[in-house]
Amino acid sequence: MSEPLIVLKAVTKRYTRGKQSVPIFERLDMSIPTQDFVAVMGPSGSGKTTLLNLLGGIDKPSGGEIVFDKKRMDNLDESKLAAFRAGNVGFIFQFYNLMPMLTAAQNVELPLLLTKLGPKARSERVKTALEIVGLSDRARHKPSELSGGQQQRVAIARAIVSDPKLLLCDEPTGDLDRETAGEILSMLQTLNRDLGKTIVMVTHDPEAARYAKRTLHLDKGHFSEKDLAA
Amino acid sequence: MGRTLTQIAAVTAMNLRSLPQRKWTSLATVVAIALVTGVLLAFLAMANGFQATVAGTGSNDVVIALRKGSESEINSTLMREQVLLLQEAPGLAKAADGKPLLSPELYVIVDGIKKSSGLKANLPLRGLGPLANEVRQGIRIVSGRMFQPGTNELVVGRSVSKQFRGFELGAKMRLASQNWVVVGEFDAGGNVFESEIWADVSVLQGLYQRGSTVQTVRARMNDPASLEKIRAFSEADPRLKLDIKAEKEFYSGQSRNIGDLILYLGWPLAIAMSFGALAGALNTMFASVDARAREIATLRAIGFRGTPAFIGTMIESIILAGIGGVVGSLGTYLLFDGISAATLGSNFTQVVFSLKLSWSLVLQGLILSLVIGFAGGVFPAWRAARMPLLAAFKEQ
Ligand SMILES: Nc1ncnc2c1ncn2[C@@H]1O[C@H](COP(=O)(O)OP(=O)(O)O)[C@@H](O)[C@H]1O
Ligand SMILES: [Mg+2]
Repeated sequence: MSEPLIVLKAVTKRYTRGKQSVPIFERLDMSIPTQDFVAVMGPSGSGKTTLLNLLGGIDKPSGGEIVFDKKRMDNLDESKLAAFRAGNVGFIFQFYNLMPMLTAAQNVELPLLLTKLGPKARSERVKTALEIVGLSDRARHKPSELSGGQQQRVAIARAIVSDPKLLLCDEPTGDLDRETAGEILSMLQTLNRDLGKTIVMVTHDPEAARYAKRTLHLDKGHFSEKDLAA
Repeated sequence: MGRTLTQIAAVTAMNLRSLPQRKWTSLATVVAIALVTGVLLAFLAMANGFQATVAGTGSNDVVIALRKGSESEINSTLMREQVLLLQEAPGLAKAADGKPLLSPELYVIVDGIKKSSGLKANLPLRGLGPLANEVRQGIRIVSGRMFQPGTNELVVGRSVSKQFRGFELGAKMRLASQNWVVVGEFDAGGNVFESEIWADVSVLQGLYQRGSTVQTVRARMNDPASLEKIRAFSEADPRLKLDIKAEKEFYSGQSRNIGDLILYLGWPLAIAMSFGALAGALNTMFASVDARAREIATLRAIGFRGTPAFIGTMIESIILAGIGGVVGSLGTYLLFDGISAATLGSNFTQVVFSLKLSWSLVLQGLILSLVIGFAGGVFPAWRAARMPLLAAFKEQ
């Protein structure tokens, strides 16, 4: 197995709801090698989204350590975390989360506004990213003029445009029909295999999980035994 | 820095482009702020116009004598003896025949009916001495002629014939149980005199049973410096304990109180209304932030800082308020600038003046609107900057 990209060491996560402290994870350990493609499955409310948020530096653990590329990131402050996300992580959401008033190309360009690239270099990158997802001819379309599958492909282009190592997908096909879902999942597979992206994908669909290299089952705050063996 | 600006520009452009989705609440805010600005500017223009009119009245070459402590013409009385003594005062300009240019005057109130409202209002009726025309300068008969001394003839100021019923040239009316006729109309350069009716002082003395008393004396001086000599002359004679003022100073003193009153009425009213507009602005901007919650959170997840979200929201709020301010100023300009208004002068008579907008007043209105925009944006902007990133993962 290659070098781990992310390691979780005894990560604890609790949410406080009113005066109550609700535990999500208790001392969770996990290691994700570079160029892995992991599917995370589990019942609703088991903490799949929370896990993605911890991996992506959107949320902070209540205890334990998260190491990304040999550097601890659980103790970074807000602005360092923002920079971490901009440089290392691409997010793909269930509902695409495109900006409705921007064109496909403008949406894809957004992460590049956080880089030092000038307008020309940015538009080159946008062009390449749209080519990869096969939407070069839709660059000037608004999200409302695109189908669900096309919108998710724009979102994928946006996630890869700044060339992050890690892609985090939360139910990326949850809102799509089976055929379109298959296209999106094949695309993720290609990104993993050809571009070497490490992918963590949350899904409740076993069909979708089959596209991943391995599947982890999250339940009651732990990964179940059979995954640890796998 | 350059990158931060690019981000702010991108986020702001996104906010503004999504404005049409919130057009009604945004429009309501613009209208509320426009109203506040408009009301403020109307009051400021009123105070400004009033002051310009009253302060533009009177001359530094004319001295006015009133009974000591009387403050206004209506409260003053002067005996015939005092008028005669004043003729001996030093520094007075003389006519060709050597008589001092001096006009004993009466000042009484008559009723007029306003054309605009149909309501009664007070009009000053001034009785002028025979030399009044030489004492006052800058008075021009624009139609008809001057009244004939000893007759029941009137001349009226332009504002009077414009604003009140039945004062046209040739109009007949009853005043103090007598028939009168308007024989002329005069222009006084837009000052307070244009709100007056003039007649012969001796005719009015008889009608109002004033015997030989008058209310004030106006006299032309050789130069403004003569004022001190006249005052000393009056102080030295126990029969002449009078208030001696330059006419200009007399009117500007009168204008100050009323002008201030309008001003101090306008600002509190505008500020009270501002709170209403502020509530509207806050509401609109919170709604805007909530509507954009998912977009803001998504940008944050991508790696944008809170700053662009904060500044973008502030800019949206300030732009809406700025539009309101401009619309309000423009509205006031189109609706009110230059129109005539009338207010009670110090003598409880009507002073007719024009509302006068100026750039410095417009600036005050715009500043007020931007303050509302700023205050209405800062809390919603703070919410935008602190938007929980988890909002990106929620279903809309
Ligand atoms: N911000 C939050 N505050 C409090 N509780 C939360 C918060 N986010 C998630 N939870 C709770 O944590 C649990 C796991 O949530 P989540 O990670 O969204 O589950 P999943 O994605 O597997 O459905 C749920 O019980 C949820 O109600
Ligand atoms: Mg979830």
